[in-house]
Amino acid sequence: MLKEEDKIFKNLYNNHGWSLNDSLKRNDWSNTKEIISKGREWIINEIKLSELRGRGGAGFPTGVKWSFAPKKVGSRPHYLVINADESEPGTCKDRDILRFEPQKLIEGCLISAFAVNAHICYIYIRGEYFHEGQQLQKAIDEAYEKKFIGKNALNTGWDFDIYIHYGAGAYICGEETALLESLEGNKGQPRLKPPFPALVGLYGCPTIVNNVETIAVVPTILRKGGKWFASIGRPKNTGTKIFCISGNVNNPCNVEEEMGVPLKFLIEKYAGGVIGGWKNLKAVIPGGSSMPLIPKDVCETIKMDFDSLVAAKSGLGTAGIVVINNDQDILKCMARIAKFYKHESCGQCTPCREGSGWMWRILERAAKGDATKEDINLLSEVTKQIEGHTICAFGEGSAWPVQGLLRHFRKEIDKRCFSEPVIKKKRKIPYLVDQHLLESKDA
Amino acid sequence: MSIKKVHDQQPESFEFSNENLEIIKNILKKYPEKNRKSAVMPLLYLAQKQNNNWIPLAALKYIGNFLSMPYINVYEIATFYTMYNLAPVGKYFVQVCTTSPCLLRGAGEIVKTCKKKLSKNPNEITSNGMCSWTEVECLGACVNAPMMQVNNDYYEDLDVNSTEKILDSFMDDKPLKPGSSRNRKSSAPENNKTNGTTNA
Repeated sequence: MLKEEDKIFKNLYNNHGWSLNDSLKRNDWSNTKEIISKGREWIINEIKLSELRGRGGAGFPTGVKWSFAPKKVGSRPHYLVINADESEPGTCKDRDILRFEPQKLIEGCLISAFAVNAHICYIYIRGEYFHEGQQLQKAIDEAYEKKFIGKNALNTGWDFDIYIHYGAGAYICGEETALLESLEGNKGQPRLKPPFPALVGLYGCPTIVNNVETIAVVPTILRKGGKWFASIGRPKNTGTKIFCISGNVNNPCNVEEEMGVPLKFLIEKYAGGVIGGWKNLKAVIPGGSSMPLIPKDVCETIKMDFDSLVAAKSGLGTAGIVVINNDQDILKCMARIAKFYKHESCGQCTPCREGSGWMWRILERAAKGDATKEDINLLSEVTKQIEGHTICAFGEGSAWPVQGLLRHFRKEIDKRCFSEPVIKKKRKIPYLVDQHLLESKDA
Repeated sequence: MSIKKVHDQQPESFEFSNENLEIIKNILKKYPEKNRKSAVMPLLYLAQKQNNNWIPLAALKYIGNFLSMPYINVYEIATFYTMYNLAPVGKYFVQVCTTSPCLLRGAGEIVKTCKKKLSKNPNEITSNGMCSWTEVECLGACVNAPMMQVNNDYYEDLDVNSTEKILDSFMDDKPLKPGSSRNRKSSAPENNKTNGTTNA
């Protein structure tokens, strides 16, 4: 369990106020100038030493990412872009950082921007977080007033500006290259990689894109030392993390804990346990809706970190824990997630655009008990056709939850999908064509 | 992908108000001079705000000219992102999150309440012009589920009773305070019986 003094986000619930003056009392900005004076190499090395992995879902080592930025600024400026387009179902951690710990983020932006040679930072906030963005803007204005950022920020000689850019309700803009497209004033459709944004990013310039939580923990790491951060959690899965526990629990909440904390402990201790008791647990989605669910027997012992969850054929993702109990219909729940992906697919790659619809329709049918035996094999096949055949990871994100469902609940689904294939019974359920093109009622 | 309907009755022309033109000057300062196009999203928001929360086609043309972008590119963007309304909505535009985390906690009931109180189908404006509702995807407040967004405000920790009261307040044009409907403190655990671990 995380010690009180090791918590980074002391104002996660706004018990102490979010204004600049309140933040100063929590040690924000206390020796930022000194940190910056130690130089780029030192900062990047310290972050590498801390083994901090990106908090946005993929878990890429942050220090390594920063070192990909060109060492010297060439003809093109460098940019830092903060991904605050938090849209993964089950995830609402960045929202609390934006509204209650904005100074940690702003300070982190300054230090990170310095480390990657950027003078300009864009914070891309999802459009729905209107008030959070307004609050962050106020915090940015306060920091400008105190000359913490702006021209010659903190007397370090470094000019630094932060701008907020609102998204407008597209999940895909959480993918870093889609986010950059959106920022450039295009549709948010992901780019092919390579080239990676660190070399060719925003406006064709070297760009480092990081999640809000990643950047917000940077100042504390540098203040207390990379070794301190690395001492929390497990090797390669270090530090603290904000977990969002939602779904069928008694007290859904956000909580900061160490990496590798047991899932059962999180649910029982902070979220007040599963509704109907632990025995009523069906499955848990451990890392936002893109990660495959894990059944109850795995939940008993699983530790919440990147590598443990990968070993259990799932992933930590954004650490958005969605608890599903036996009172729910798991097929309906997953069908709804499939609908989410169908709605949010950007439409660029055919396997994802069409496949997400196929998965949704088959799951809807299965939930209603209308699916045939063959349907479930088809569903499994479709997920494999999507996975790995798209430009961005959205394909995996939409296919994995369905694969997880099939992996762990196949027997239950087969029991509910017993009808004979369509052709034999001459039922009018067209399942090889795009449903929305059909007007017929049972389409 | 979702399908968006463009309103069939369109105003002939659109122009930004002087006040908004001033705001636009500041928006354009955020982006490099040669990348003015980046301002298309904030400008669409402004147009939407100026025009009773929906964007007419004339505004898309205007913004296209303003930023030296082809009209079709602006159109593409306005239809790609779900938050741009291309048809009128109620004065209080109710968007109920129905993605799984909210669904597990009863978003279905909230939708039923909207159907009962406002209109049978989504995107229909009530006869007094006050409300219209729709279902949306995850709004990122999952630990405060079920929840809905009304214009810019989040109404969280809903149940049927509180939703009815909130919807009534919109119909009377006296909106209740946004936030948790049972005065819960942000995303902190409630009835914290088990321990004293509030991030003190």
